[in-house]
Amino acid sequence: MDFDLNEEQEMLKTAARDFLSKECPKAMVKEMAQDERGYPPELWHKITELGWPGLVFPEHYGGSGGGFLDLTVLVEEMGRACLPVPFFSTVVLAGLFILNAGSEEQKQDLLTRVTQGEVILTLALTEPTAGYDAASVEVEAADDNGDYIINGTKLFIPDAHIADYLICIARTEKGAVPEEGITAFLVDAKSPGISCTVLKTIAGDKLCEVVFDNVRVPHKNIVGELNQGWAPVAKILQQATVAKCAEMVGGAQQVLEMSAEYTKERIVFGRQLGSFPVIQHHIANMMIDVDSCRFLTYEAAWKLSEGLSCEVETHMAKAWASEAYQRVAALGQQIFGGVGFIQNHDMPLYFRRAKAAESTLGDSYYHREQLAQLLTRAESSAS
Amino acid sequence: MDFKVETPEPVDTDTEDGRKFRQEVRDFLDKELTDDVIRERALNRDLPYDTPPLVREFNRKLGARGWLSPQAPDWPEEYGGVERSEVERRVLAEEMTARGIGWGSGYGGIQGAVIIRRGSEEMKREFLPRIARGEISFALGYTEPNAGTDLASLEMRAVRDGDDYIINGQKVYSSFAHITTHHWLAARTDPDVPKHRGISLFVVDFATPGITIRPLWTMSGDRTNEVFYDDVRVPARNLVGEENNGWSYIREALGVERIGMGGGVVGEGRRTILTDLIEYANETERGGKPLSEDSNVRQRLAQLAIEASIRRLFSYRTSWLMRKGDIPEVEAAMSKVWGNEFDQRMGHIGTQIMGLYGQLEAGSRWVPINGSVEHRHLFAVHLSYGGGSHELMRSLMATRGMGLPREPR
Repeated sequence: MDFDLNEEQEMLKTAARDFLSKECPKAMVKEMAQDERGYPPELWHKITELGWPGLVFPEHYGGSGGGFLDLTVLVEEMGRACLPVPFFSTVVLAGLFILNAGSEEQKQDLLTRVTQGEVILTLALTEPTAGYDAASVEVEAADDNGDYIINGTKLFIPDAHIADYLICIARTEKGAVPEEGITAFLVDAKSPGISCTVLKTIAGDKLCEVVFDNVRVPHKNIVGELNQGWAPVAKILQQATVAKCAEMVGGAQQVLEMSAEYTKERIVFGRQLGSFPVIQHHIANMMIDVDSCRFLTYEAAWKLSEGLSCEVETHMAKAWASEAYQRVAALGQQIFGGVGFIQNHDMPLYFRRAKAAESTLGDSYYHREQLAQLLTRAESSAS
Repeated sequence: MDFKVETPEPVDTDTEDGRKFRQEVRDFLDKELTDDVIRERALNRDLPYDTPPLVREFNRKLGARGWLSPQAPDWPEEYGGVERSEVERRVLAEEMTARGIGWGSGYGGIQGAVIIRRGSEEMKREFLPRIARGEISFALGYTEPNAGTDLASLEMRAVRDGDDYIINGQKVYSSFAHITTHHWLAARTDPDVPKHRGISLFVVDFATPGITIRPLWTMSGDRTNEVFYDDVRVPARNLVGEENNGWSYIREALGVERIGMGGGVVGEGRRTILTDLIEYANETERGGKPLSEDSNVRQRLAQLAIEASIRRLFSYRTSWLMRKGDIPEVEAAMSKVWGNEFDQRMGHIGTQIMGLYGQLEAGSRWVPINGSVEHRHLFAVHLSYGGGSHELMRSLMATRGMGLPREPR
């Protein structure tokens, strides 16, 4: 057991925190929530120069060959800073998917460009069915003399409006079970027949509706195996879920620290707000939620890094973080009172993100049910 | 970071010494671990504040051989420390586990830790070897009718008289006092200074004349005690450390105690109330289907499993910090608060899942899981104030952990 980060991770954490405190001021974050594009290209460029998009990719694709735990450390800092760049979509959702399932040629082509910051990618998985299970994949890709024609609507797709390529998860066959007959396609976002509409979301995340209307994709753009696409989806869901939890840990940690500082400055009834036991107990409860999220998340991330199975840990981390981050944000709002309710304060950034993160990649109910399947070895008779 | 649970390096115990020692342990267990002891132990599994007589007797024999724990106390030999080879440790651990024996604390760990650091040479020589052998054991004598969470207000009086102190007053909630040999007693030696500065700590033999121990039965059916001191004469050499410095020793001892509370040692794969509950849900049918298929039950079991995992991680963090040489006050408080409140939820949710059966008590017809969940529900109530109220713990966490200002007094 060792709860310390290693030396390189400490350096990465410090460097990321220093860089983001300078380059990612909250005023910019708030501006980006209103911005059509949603991210500042100059900042994305600087981040690329720091090598962050290449952190987890092997050196022969231009990356630095880091592990999942390194990525976790970095994403936590991004969550702390509310960094508005297409990192999660390009690197975590799509980049890791290609690394896990793509052909050597696809990896050479795309990952090299990801690490150089030349391309923005995303994963188009969810649909109006709004589920993360295989049965929720209804968008169809029909074989047309070797090419595939994709029809249907993908929904809640992050950064699709700025993406160069989408990895579209589509149904190519009606299998005996929902997991069979799913295929991943690399789709040029400018293909004829694709229309993209940005949704207006609680945290200002650019989630999109992507409609595929007879979009033609060549056979060579299949990522992974035809009809066998669910396994890499399940794998990326696990990795992305743990990374999302890391982002949430970062946000919760920042809310805790901001709130604690405020209780020392704010004077009420002639004394510091933080000298009242009721407020101390709020802070203590926030500490418990932050540390519990952190350890559950890092245990899962460590297992991923080590190549160990971590289904249980992943479900635990997201089921817990989905609720705990919101409790922390709500207590932060309570401690700041009216000042934290005003738009230009930093608290709303976190309160909004905590809600958005709750349902992204599965909420507490979903992950507890998945966990129950592993614990009781029985299916819910209701589902 | 590394979440690997350290497992000891494999040791070859199949050596001449190893085989000989294993035979010695087996012979001992065959003789002493009788069916009666096993039966008594099983009946008593869920009563943490009591040790029945046969089990006590068995523990005493274990202690006489220095086998109370596979890890002999790491004290110098002159204080009863035992040099034990890795082979012997493995053999002991394997043989005890094979017979389903968990290692008891012997109720001396907290006191031993303070005595070795603060006790006089005379006290170390007198008590440590006996603690190591399990000959003496302790009940805490802190709380009084008018001093609980505000412990420093205690009124029990110790007045120096020649080579002795004469002690008068009353202690309450002195759990284990009826089955231990000594009292770890806090008493006021100077009433004229600020209350934290006039307290001393004593080791008192319960056999001393003038001590009366009376049972107090708790809501959960566990026994605790009130202890009356009526002109009890205690030799001055039984004073721990310096006179009037007892408060700092008590804080040290409470720190050690809290690390144990709400976490303690968590065995991987160990049978717990949660594993019992999951098994119960799998095997119990309601309305023609197992409880474990009911999505409400599934949600609650999953939530308990997550919370148990957090308890495990908090507990690991505390012991990791201690191994690094830190004194994890904030982290121990967090671990205590979490672990104990989790225990309360476990009892509450567990009995709720059982429905009408949740009210049945141990020994009743139809009672599920020996009544252990119902007992947990009642027992856990005291955990959020015993050993440091959770209000105090949370304030400590916020002030020491996040630098919040202390409440002005």
